[in-house]
Amino acid sequence: MGYRGHFRVWRGDSSGGGLEDFTVEVNEGEVVLDVIHRLQATQAADLAVRWNCKAGKCGSCSAEVNGRPRLLCMTRMSVFAEDETVTVTPMRTFPVIRDLVTDVSYNYTKAREIPAFQPPEGVPPGEYRMSQVDVERSQEFRKCIECFLCQNTCHVIRDHEENKEAFAGPRFLMRVAELEMHPLDEGDRVGAAQSAHGLGLCNITKCCTEVCPEHIKITDNALIPMKERVADRRYDPIVWLGNKLFRRS
Amino acid sequence: MPELERHSFDVLVIGAGGAGLRAAIEAREHGMRTAVLCKSLFGKAHTVMAEGGIAAAMGNANPKDNWQVHFRDTMRGGKFLNDWRMAELHAKEAPQRVWELETYGALFDRTEDGRISQRNFGGHEYPRLAHVGDRTGLELIRSLQQKVVSLQQEDHARSGDYESRLRVFQEFTVTDLVLDGGAVAGAFGYWRETGRFALFEAPAVVLATGGIGKSFKVTSNSWEYTGDGHALALRAGASLVNMEFVQFHPTGMVWPPSVKGILVTESVRGDGGVLRNSEGKRFMFDYIPEVFKDKYADNEAEADRWYTDPDNNRRPPELLPRDEVARAINSEVKAGRGSEHGGVFLDVSSRLPAEEIRRRLPSMHHQFKELADVDITAQPMEVGPTCHYVMGGVRVDPDTGASSVPGLFAAGEVSGGMHGSNRLGGNSLSDLLVFGRRAGAGAADYVAGLATRPACSAEAVARAERVALAPFEREGGENPYTLHMELQQVMNDLVGIIRKADEMDQAVKRLEDLKRRAAALTVEGHRQFNPGWHLALDLRNMLLVSECVARAALLRTESRGGHTRDDYPRMEAEWRRKLLVCRAAGDGVEVVEEPQRPIRPDLLELFEFGELQKYLTADELEG
Repeated sequence: MGYRGHFRVWRGDSSGGGLEDFTVEVNEGEVVLDVIHRLQATQAADLAVRWNCKAGKCGSCSAEVNGRPRLLCMTRMSVFAEDETVTVTPMRTFPVIRDLVTDVSYNYTKAREIPAFQPPEGVPPGEYRMSQVDVERSQEFRKCIECFLCQNTCHVIRDHEENKEAFAGPRFLMRVAELEMHPLDEGDRVGAAQSAHGLGLCNITKCCTEVCPEHIKITDNALIPMKERVADRRYDPIVWLGNKLFRRS
Repeated sequence: MPELERHSFDVLVIGAGGAGLRAAIEAREHGMRTAVLCKSLFGKAHTVMAEGGIAAAMGNANPKDNWQVHFRDTMRGGKFLNDWRMAELHAKEAPQRVWELETYGALFDRTEDGRISQRNFGGHEYPRLAHVGDRTGLELIRSLQQKVVSLQQEDHARSGDYESRLRVFQEFTVTDLVLDGGAVAGAFGYWRETGRFALFEAPAVVLATGGIGKSFKVTSNSWEYTGDGHALALRAGASLVNMEFVQFHPTGMVWPPSVKGILVTESVRGDGGVLRNSEGKRFMFDYIPEVFKDKYADNEAEADRWYTDPDNNRRPPELLPRDEVARAINSEVKAGRGSEHGGVFLDVSSRLPAEEIRRRLPSMHHQFKELADVDITAQPMEVGPTCHYVMGGVRVDPDTGASSVPGLFAAGEVSGGMHGSNRLGGNSLSDLLVFGRRAGAGAADYVAGLATRPACSAEAVARAERVALAPFEREGGENPYTLHMELQQVMNDLVGIIRKADEMDQAVKRLEDLKRRAAALTVEGHRQFNPGWHLALDLRNMLLVSECVARAALLRTESRGGHTRDDYPRMEAEWRRKLLVCRAAGDGVEVVEEPQRPIRPDLLELFEFGELQKYLTADELEG
């Protein structure tokens, strides 16, 4: 049943900080977030952590547990040995606000740079017709809970602040793919994926897919197909000629 | 002391769930400079937790469905206590609101002919819920969020500023509304991140803060659900109705303890799942109430045939409205026929092929696998009631969402009336959209009609600031976490799913005691991202709202919907005509009885006389 677990939690703010040791009760069936809450209630009332639904649906409690990007609410204590030290640190790619809370505004900025769904002209509400098989591709991407763990783990920006400007990150490149594959979206998204959102910087190491708590195949189903569409358009000689002649960018 | 941060807008929307975002979109489309203030990050609101779907009589799955049938189902579900005008608007407008989401980019599951698929749900006569697997709430919030972004992109194209007309202030908590001569003048609150204060001046505020579940121990609600909007409205002078009606969803997880209360979607039952007790018996056949006898099957064979032939068979009793199912589970467990961890068994594994379960219920499959080590394609789930939704809320004008306080509007769970004594599953997401839009338009019209703008006085702002800082000023008081846990225990044990006069009396006394202790509590540390301090401020709201629930529940001496009295087990037609209205009085609340408006005759005519006899008094039936 219950035991005394050893935790190391990063505490600090933008000016610096470090790991702090705690010994805390752990009970059967608990997840890391339960233990963090117990620390708040008993030992560190002002320990900052972001969370909401505690059911893996909102994507708020993203952090790193023993160095791996995880949702705190979906990381069960039973995956650790009782004598193992559990180290909890904030996501590394985003600036720390305090303790486990980071400034994720980068993601909201990138979200705004992706042109919105462009509804089909002349089709009134209620008249949209799409087949299940056609919506399923984009539906997979819409399972995204925006925990930003894929953004956090992506090495294009994880240790390369300088790439943030040019790179939308896996979550938002997947958003481009989602709209591109939406059966009724009228936008043309292929060119901008490469030029405006930095698809070319992705070298398909699949780290994003590996950490996705929703098990979305980000690389295989979103990023690679987008890269193929970009390649088709760029290297197809007829398309190339057409682009030259009609100045399609 | 640094100067107070100030912003000025036409319309403020507090809350960024379905109702808040839909209201903000509407206000912005009416030309209002609009701000959304939300406690969490944009896109994380509790709406994401909604699983089953959005109820709208589009008639895609069964062409016999229409707004009149939906209206009837809603009134029945609420045991006729609903505000009939709200139920009417809701049933009529829900389809348009769902279709509109498709123009924002939403991708619902489809029928064979490419239209929006609709699924069965408790209390709905026909398959009516538009859905995306079992993650419909996420689709709704994301579609609205992306619509907000698309409006911001339009504004950017026009003005060079994304936020020129619609701006989201996230991780900002409103602690008080500021009034000017009884009318709304703005809202005061703090930034979660820095603890600094800000004042938002605006002549109209739309409350869209959701519910109150965090006052109960076992709940499906997130930390945000602390009744903020309910309390802000009370303190501003508005009234709440129907606060005695709290919905306990029949199926929450019961094990492991750390996930107790997390929702198990009603779609499990809608898609064929059945409830069994420890003896393996499908017990719901024993719990069909008199008013529903002719609509629900009384044997397994007929119930099972219904899934493929709904026209010639009655529905399985697992699909009774939520209040009925929750009480039935409660009784089974009390009678000693519960599961090992105090629930009952919900089984879909013996009813659908594994592949089909994974396709229709992916998040349930995932949730049980990850959190409870249970494979729902092979084993039953253990489930029990969990506090899920408050039917009660701000009393509003059905058409505009206006409260009795000029400039104060409310929509979604924080408003009251629409669902009467019990909400049907699927009617929440549609409620958010229908009345979110109406409140946004109502607020915009109100602002457009103002000759002068109200002002936030320095005294009112200083007062709000003093209240917010008070927990830091004191020493030697209790820790807010301790008080919160005690409050949850009191509400769960004494004002929970089954209620008794002496227990509720005790609850009212315990709440008085908690209020006194909360006024003296102490918070450690500083203002920057301090969850202890946030809880201390939320606790003030939870206590006020809990008092409404307890006092109203004590007064209503009947059982109806989400209010079950052990000492008054019958539903009384006379009580259907009465609303219990809560208002702030001193540092607490007073509850008064007011008459319910009679149902409009043409709406009454949608029901058969025999059915009305079950709900209405003899003199109402004469008219």
